[in-house]
Amino acid sequence: MSVRRSTLIFAWILLLPALLYVSVIVAYPLVDTFILSFTDASLKKTTKWVGTLNYDKIFNSTFAEVIIRTFVWTFFSVSIKMIIGTFGAVMLNAAVPGRALFRVLTMPPWIVPMAIGIFMWGWMYNGQFGMISGILQNLGLVDGPIAFLAHGSTAFWATIITDVWIGVPLVTLYLLASIQAIPQDLYEAAWTDGAGRFYRFRRITLPLLVPAMITMSMLSLIATFNSFDIIWILTQGGPNGDTTTMIIDTYRTAIGSKKYGEGAARAVVICIFLSIFCLLYFRVTHRLASGESR
Amino acid sequence: MSQPALINRYRWYELVGIYAGIFVFLAFILAPFVEGFLVSLKPLSLLFSSPYRFWPENGSFAAYRTMWVSVPGFARYIFNSFFVSIIVTAVVLALVVPAAYAFARFRFRGSGSLLAAFLAVNMFSGAVLLIPLFRLMRSFGVLNTYFAMIVPGVAFLIPSAIWLLRTYMMRIPRELDEAAFVDGASHVYTLRRVILPIAMPGITVVAITTFIGSYAQQFIFALTFNSKTEYMPLPVGLFAYFGRQEVVWNELMAASFVGIAPAVIVIFFLQRYLVSGLTAGAVKQ
Repeated sequence: MSVRRSTLIFAWILLLPALLYVSVIVAYPLVDTFILSFTDASLKKTTKWVGTLNYDKIFNSTFAEVIIRTFVWTFFSVSIKMIIGTFGAVMLNAAVPGRALFRVLTMPPWIVPMAIGIFMWGWMYNGQFGMISGILQNLGLVDGPIAFLAHGSTAFWATIITDVWIGVPLVTLYLLASIQAIPQDLYEAAWTDGAGRFYRFRRITLPLLVPAMITMSMLSLIATFNSFDIIWILTQGGPNGDTTTMIIDTYRTAIGSKKYGEGAARAVVICIFLSIFCLLYFRVTHRLASGESR
Repeated sequence: MSQPALINRYRWYELVGIYAGIFVFLAFILAPFVEGFLVSLKPLSLLFSSPYRFWPENGSFAAYRTMWVSVPGFARYIFNSFFVSIIVTAVVLALVVPAAYAFARFRFRGSGSLLAAFLAVNMFSGAVLLIPLFRLMRSFGVLNTYFAMIVPGVAFLIPSAIWLLRTYMMRIPRELDEAAFVDGASHVYTLRRVILPIAMPGITVVAITTFIGSYAQQFIFALTFNSKTEYMPLPVGLFAYFGRQEVVWNELMAASFVGIAPAVIVIFFLQRYLVSGLTAGAVKQ
């Protein structure tokens, strides 16, 4: 009995530093956000309790529009990431010469400092001198230069494409690992029975890849919903707020206008959505795991 | 090269299709780098001329020399990036190695939900918690210091590091600890002398991924919690330059390439570890 107790104490001592750290830097701010959202905290020295005023304020404004925009932005970004990522994984799985190199070449957007990759996209989107507008003009597809970041609808898609670019390597490599975990016997058995390559892909690879795709799209959903750097560097939420997602909106309110209380209320709404995604994620992966063991 | 298995033989049109697919995929991934590199070689006059020309005629590496003068403090930014990442990595390891061992070896009431709670931290980005974090950093008195970037940076790298190292440590046979116990070794001695040496490769992978994660993600905390030029890490230092009225694009791109060089070198030497390391956080085991 005493041995077990000492083991237990030892385990807790090992955990304590990390636990304390995360409690102070993540858990406490989470609680503090909630409390602040009911106050008029700002740069002023004094802070008053204002009840649900902040929430009344945000729901009277264009906040609903921001929420819808965030969901649309996230939906398209995650879907395109999954489509390109699946395509990339299948292509890189092919046993062709050079594939080891191709896999390495997939990684840069993910490994290099995110902000620097975004600067490069900033140049590519430049209307006068950027690559995309330049090539489209040279091909005669458009008449004049297009400044992608200057117009609402193109800026919206431009930020999505950059977000996709940063997210694709992880999706690709994760799905590639999942494809390679599929037992080779299945393919050989199907092959012996005369199944063609496409048939094997449709009947073996795709169905067995579905759990990994679900897991990855959930993770990607959470990461994309939290996306800040890309939009902030490219457009800062503009033009006319057409790329303002919930995170950008919160940052502007809290850090830009120093309205901490109101910003906190916006952050609480984000946290509620994230918690729902998080629960969904745990439930789905749990179900997938128990489904596999059956 | 050995003959590929019969099942993996491709007809010529299949090969063409595969290579075409890979080409399109990699073109998307690498286009910004190619364009960025060519821009860094172009003289400004060519850069700002219409119509658009892809290839840098009479290009030169001049921007790589002049940028050190026109981005004052560039060397300092790179140093800051490295410095912050190294400290972050050291702190993360100090916190995560014991915690991962505890999660890998001991089952006690609440250990499962505690692990889930750690993982849930991954779901919240720093951006959501920025307001209270700002107030917290202010009350610690660390705004506008290195600590303002290090302290929050560490917290968000802990979860995946714990997950990754725990997975690794679970593969170390339990018999080793038990043999040490039978010989009368204490818990601390067992961890230090038996487990840590065996876990060293796993710890190395965690150190690399944490370093890369920290190097790649220095933006929002550095942007918000620090306004002193001398402490800015590279991304924020360049962002300030990026925001100016007249951006000297060839120099900005040259600076970007020098800034990403360390990461690229790491990829080429350590990519095998990186793939297993960075995907392990997401793979349920």
